[in-house]
Amino acid sequence: MTDPNRERYRIRETAFYLFTQQSLPACKPVLTPGWVITIFLFMGLIFIPVGLVTLRASHSVVEIVDRYDIECVPESSRIDKISYIQDDSIPKNCSRFMKVRKYMKAPINIYYQLDNYYQNHRRYVKSRSDKQLLHGRKYHDTSSCQPVELNNGQPIVPCGLIAWSLFNDSFTFIRERAELKVNRKNIAWKSDRDHKFGKNVHPFSFQNGTLIGGGKLYPKIPLSDQEDLIVWMRTSALPSFRKLYGRIEEDLDVDDVIVVNLMNNYNTYSFGGKKKLVLSTSSWLGGKNNFLGHACIIVGCSSLVLAIVFTLLHLKYRRPYGDTSYLPWNRKSLSG
Amino acid sequence: MAAATSRTRKGKIRWSKLYSFACLRPSTSEERPADRVGQPGFSRVVFCNEPYLHKKKPYKYPYNNISTTKYNVLTFLPRALFEQFRRVANFYFLLAAVFSLFSLAPFSRASLIVPLIFVVGISMIKEAIEDWHRFLQDLDVNNRTVKAHLNNGVFVDKPWKDLRVGDVVKVNKDEYFPSDILLLSSSYEDGLCYVETMNLDGETNLKIKRCLEASLCLNEDEEFSQFKAKVRCEDPNPNLYTFVGTLEFEKESYPLSPSQLLLRDSKLRNTDYIYGVVIFSGHDTKAVRNSTRSPSKRSRIERKMDHIIYILFSMLVLVSLVSSIGSSLFLKHDMVDWWYLRLPDGSSSEDDDDDDLFFNPSKPVKSAVLQFIRALILYGYLIPISLYVSIEVVKVLQKMLIDKDIELYDEVTCKSVQARTSNLNEELGQVEMILSDKTGTLTCNQMEFRKCSIAGISYGGDITDVDLAASMRMNADFEPFEFSMDETNRGTRSFELFEFSVSGFSAQNGNARLLKTEEPVIKGFNFRDDRLMNKNWIHVPNLSDITMFFRVMALCHTGIPIEDDNRITDKLSYEAESPEEVSFLIASQEFGFQFFRRTQSLMVLKEFDPSSMKEVEREYKLLNLLEFSSSRKRMSVIVSNEDGRFFLLCKGADSIIFDRLADNGRTYEQATALHLSSYAEDGLRTLAFAYRELEAAEYEHWNKIFTQAKATIGPEREELLEQASEMIEKDLILLGVVAVEDKLQKGVPECIDKLAQAGLKIWLLTGDKRETAVNIGFACSLLRQDMMQFHLSLSREAESNKEVKWLLFLALQAIEEDILQQIQSSYKLLCEEGNNEAPYGLIIDGKALEIALRGNVKDEFLQLAVNCASVICCRVSPKQKALITRLVKQYTGRTTLAIGDGANDVGMIQEADIGVGISGMEGMQAVMASDFSLPQFRFLERLLIVHGHWCYQRISKMVLYFVYKNVAFGLTLFYYELYTSFSGEALYNDWYMTMFNVMLTSLPVIALGVLEQDVSSDICLQFPALYQQGPRNVHFSWSRIIGWILNGVVTSLVIFLANIYILSPTALQRNGFVVDIDSLGAITYTCVIWTVNCQIALITHHFTWIQHLSIWGSILLWYIFLLVYGALPPNLSGNAFQVLIGVIGPAPLYWTITMLVGVVSLLPYFVHITIQRSFYPMDDHIIQEMEKCLKKYDARDNEMWEREQRNSQRSTNIGFSARVEAKVLSFSQQMQQKKLCVGAITSLQKQIDTRQIQLALAQAEVMHLRFRHGYGNGAG
Repeated sequence: MTDPNRERYRIRETAFYLFTQQSLPACKPVLTPGWVITIFLFMGLIFIPVGLVTLRASHSVVEIVDRYDIECVPESSRIDKISYIQDDSIPKNCSRFMKVRKYMKAPINIYYQLDNYYQNHRRYVKSRSDKQLLHGRKYHDTSSCQPVELNNGQPIVPCGLIAWSLFNDSFTFIRERAELKVNRKNIAWKSDRDHKFGKNVHPFSFQNGTLIGGGKLYPKIPLSDQEDLIVWMRTSALPSFRKLYGRIEEDLDVDDVIVVNLMNNYNTYSFGGKKKLVLSTSSWLGGKNNFLGHACIIVGCSSLVLAIVFTLLHLKYRRPYGDTSYLPWNRKSLSG
Repeated sequence: MAAATSRTRKGKIRWSKLYSFACLRPSTSEERPADRVGQPGFSRVVFCNEPYLHKKKPYKYPYNNISTTKYNVLTFLPRALFEQFRRVANFYFLLAAVFSLFSLAPFSRASLIVPLIFVVGISMIKEAIEDWHRFLQDLDVNNRTVKAHLNNGVFVDKPWKDLRVGDVVKVNKDEYFPSDILLLSSSYEDGLCYVETMNLDGETNLKIKRCLEASLCLNEDEEFSQFKAKVRCEDPNPNLYTFVGTLEFEKESYPLSPSQLLLRDSKLRNTDYIYGVVIFSGHDTKAVRNSTRSPSKRSRIERKMDHIIYILFSMLVLVSLVSSIGSSLFLKHDMVDWWYLRLPDGSSSEDDDDDDLFFNPSKPVKSAVLQFIRALILYGYLIPISLYVSIEVVKVLQKMLIDKDIELYDEVTCKSVQARTSNLNEELGQVEMILSDKTGTLTCNQMEFRKCSIAGISYGGDITDVDLAASMRMNADFEPFEFSMDETNRGTRSFELFEFSVSGFSAQNGNARLLKTEEPVIKGFNFRDDRLMNKNWIHVPNLSDITMFFRVMALCHTGIPIEDDNRITDKLSYEAESPEEVSFLIASQEFGFQFFRRTQSLMVLKEFDPSSMKEVEREYKLLNLLEFSSSRKRMSVIVSNEDGRFFLLCKGADSIIFDRLADNGRTYEQATALHLSSYAEDGLRTLAFAYRELEAAEYEHWNKIFTQAKATIGPEREELLEQASEMIEKDLILLGVVAVEDKLQKGVPECIDKLAQAGLKIWLLTGDKRETAVNIGFACSLLRQDMMQFHLSLSREAESNKEVKWLLFLALQAIEEDILQQIQSSYKLLCEEGNNEAPYGLIIDGKALEIALRGNVKDEFLQLAVNCASVICCRVSPKQKALITRLVKQYTGRTTLAIGDGANDVGMIQEADIGVGISGMEGMQAVMASDFSLPQFRFLERLLIVHGHWCYQRISKMVLYFVYKNVAFGLTLFYYELYTSFSGEALYNDWYMTMFNVMLTSLPVIALGVLEQDVSSDICLQFPALYQQGPRNVHFSWSRIIGWILNGVVTSLVIFLANIYILSPTALQRNGFVVDIDSLGAITYTCVIWTVNCQIALITHHFTWIQHLSIWGSILLWYIFLLVYGALPPNLSGNAFQVLIGVIGPAPLYWTITMLVGVVSLLPYFVHITIQRSFYPMDDHIIQEMEKCLKKYDARDNEMWEREQRNSQRSTNIGFSARVEAKVLSFSQQMQQKKLCVGAITSLQKQIDTRQIQLALAQAEVMHLRFRHGYGNGAG
């Protein structure tokens, strides 16, 4: 550095100069007891109402859950459920009754819930081809779809394990002998329908191989309209998951009994998975889940408690702000 | 004729002196070292003036170029890469990247390789730039030119690098020798030359080298046209003090000794030119051999960081093991039933294409191994890949800020502090010991005439800075009080000490030197006393003694006056062997005794004659010169004046002179001794002057003996000379003493004071002799009068033991015993007096040190040394300096800092944890070996106490945060595996994860690392005790590290579990959609980003706009990234496609979760710091609060502030403040006694009733208490 350089620095008290001298104006918050108590109080005051609101939203949701995987297997076959489900000759019809305990306002979401089903298994998740889903057979490379990529040398559309294992139980709902209308449109994310599944892509050679996995697709309908597939292809994050089946667009009254006629096709018996049917309304916050509300209230309450504890501690063991007797040299001279 | 003989004689007397500095002295006459020539180790042959003969074997020796670079063009890539991948973490990531080329890795290739290239690339660029600078420096040295003989007596400029062994060179005055040169002849006719070896061994006095008589004739350029000779000598070795060889010249063989060898890095002084022949070149030279390659140093934190990385690695291996075992168990027991996976069937899978090795139930072990490798890569986020690169970036920025600090800019040399390697910044904050060189580091290597005591009267002021500051301190609190400082001196001056103005005494520089005398106008002369100046000394009594005193000053020396062509006044300047002689000559010139001409036997003075009030020229015949040596500690000249009277003028160490006084010469002894001790306490170097008039007959008699002694050849010669001089140097008459100041560099005492307050120990290692070292110890307040001093040295017998040779082993043992005994007795004393707070100083001599650092004495010595308040090692060789540094480092385990300026400090600088070079001097060796270069010693204060403290805090906070951040993030990946049957699926998109360390969390941490300040720089300097946080390592202790890891674990648990429980399995929005793997990943990741960025906001204390921007900007950047990345077409964005705007953005649940999780995961830390701050505050917390208070009241002179500042000055034993404390105590005791006395007397006299006495007593008591309370802390 030369002298004129230094002069220039001096003259220019610029931000850069302040930066190099490490003397930029700075805010230096010091955590004082006052601040601590205020922060805790504030948190309490925020989280308790939020918790109450979310809890209320969660309570407003009505949910009916019915596990049907065991009940829907005839008594005689229950010893060997696997051969029952794998035997195509046996009809898989089954009827379930669901009683509405609380008034349910339309739209009522119909979910099927699978437990102990690892849709997030790495082998499973990777076994798909997004490009093929979008471009169809024009896209040739299906290597990512192993082990379900080709059938007799022809690429399968849609390829991969996920599509191959498509869930294929079906449900119809009857209330007082009248069939409830189930809307099965708009059950998949719009972005998926519009951008990820081709409008001109039709299933090809699907479920034609030696091993049939799950459900079949309508050969004439483009993939972008086969919403069951789109929902299924959004792999779930956890081994216990729900997927949207459709929506009942009528309100259900208290004590209504709903008869569900279902086709119990899907094999969860091999690996001990459970199948459930869920009818659920939704609130602005989504489905029924008290965890969030409880968590918020607990956090809010503990903040309040902490605020009080700190206030008491502070009153009892008050350390004056900037009290110098805590400085090491003073402490030393006190002790020695 | 007389002239010529005198000159030769002078040379011959000096001849004996040449060996006095040599520690390892070669046996001279008995053994004939030349006999060894030609044997193994002594095989070098040099053909003088025939360098072309050395171009091919077997006489091919290296060129004279040197290289200190680490790499060259070819080796850079492999070696730098090797260096990079020696770091465990980097190697791990290299493996991960290699695995990613196969299908093993759970992530895409790019997301693994890109960060690695980025990280390694930046580090390598940094290495390359640093090496380039070294290369440029080498180039600079190699391209210096020297006159070399071409042919036919023509000398041309030749760059150093092109010199070859055998070249004849001509080196001019004040030039460095380009290589090790055999001296052939010099501009002096007797072939002497003066050499400054400061760069080699740190000794400031000039050494004399002398050529062989045989080559004396070669003193003209032309002589060399036909010159041919052959040198056989030892092989290259690092030993500076030995040289064995023979010169075959004109068919005769002459033995060579070290005194003919001029070493590279030393400098020709006081000699116009020399001719010499290159013997060792380039890397063969002794100086280069002596230098060791600079080791790459790593800071303590960085070394500890490695351990943290190992911990994280073991965590990684552990979770990977869990994963792989879990995976294979699942595979064996459950997965086979999961038909939807269509796992390969064991029997047919052998030749199946789509054989998935990871999930092959028939080979569970193989699958487990593969899963293990995959897991190692998957959880790689536990290892902070960007930690190294972030630290490197931060350190470079820190270095830049250190370099740019205007407070560290020296206006005189126009240089600023430079951090030459950036990787030790934080180490500056942990230094516990400073090992300092003296000359050029603490002192300017410039002597100043300060005080003198002539005929029992002291001149030149008698108030010391310590007294002054002590009185100021007392004055600040007490009523003015008349006090005479120096009882013996009451007649001349008495001071009203307490009436000094206090205006200059501000809280900020409470111990600055107050009445700083302005810089002396005349270099080397800083003396102010009207009684002597301006020829006023003629009015002083004892006029004859005064004139004699000045004559001794002007005549008893080895100096020569320098004719300066463009001088304005009639003042001369001088050159002499030592700078103090120069200062005497200048002083005597100022007093009117100008030494202005020297011929071979004549010294001419321009004297001011008090009787005629005129200047007269007087000639003195120089008859004999008994020169100075470290054993004699005196120097005498015998002169005869114009009246034919013979005088012996003598100057020397006070003890030596006092022993040799005549009975009638002790008139002033008592007064002088008092002055001596007060000068010595001020760190002034004293010399006593005495004279003796000789009878002509006595002289003649003695001169015979002396001439005879001189003529003797053989080992007893020295002894005879010694005896002869003893005979004449006796019955002296004391004239007085002079005190010269070895001028300290600006701000050195203040700096040492601050460093001492910061709890640092300062050791002085110097090549200079003991007296000088002790003087400087006093001047720097490393020693003080009430300090107990231990002197360790070889006993006189051991030192002079001539039989050491053949009783080597036994003698050594005896010496060892002796030293051991000295150490043990000192240590016993120290332990016994341990309760007494009087500090101890240890002074050890180089030769004793050599013994003390041997195997079994070592520990005892170090134990003693470490317990002393200050340690001074004198006459130590460069190797010893390095050795001490290493041993201290090993023994105490403390961080050491070595500071020095010359090549002799290089070893120490390299050995210490931090090496600091002073850049103000000419030689660059120390700077080149150093890690930091300072223009002045005083900058060490700010460098350590401010920058060191800051950098230590910053880096430790930063590393801990890094660990936290990566643990918190990496573990969420692991928890998710528990839910995916350990199949190796990652929760987050690859690019989210890549962005995590590179973009989304890197900027705040860099801002923290560069700009965080716990307290401002002013306050750092006001409370040096705060520095102790570094050496005690409070910010990077294992408990803290574990705490942060636990905090990371807790955070990851909170984030993951809260997300799982809130989001699954119910709907995310009103429309009933549920979360899938992609949206869960995005939401959880958002929580991670919020948490880690808010966490850094919690640990930051100093928020400038940069911190705000980086922290909140990083959070914003995540949303922007998600938006932009999601807007890319699905084949690019994959599962992140429109995830924010299409899926999670519209869900209120997403935002609520972010808020809740962010708060909850920070809550444990927040509660922790709240409790700590409120009930167990640390030093910096309190000072921060005080700083706030101060701002509120806006009172700099706030009483509390000042008091705390004073209290904070710890009970240091060394430094200016400590001396002031001690002085204050002694003052107050004196005052109390006086008061009591006065009180008692008055009460008796006036017969006042006892009540008043009691009152007086009480008052005194109170005062005493106040003293103790106010000031007693320090001095106890």
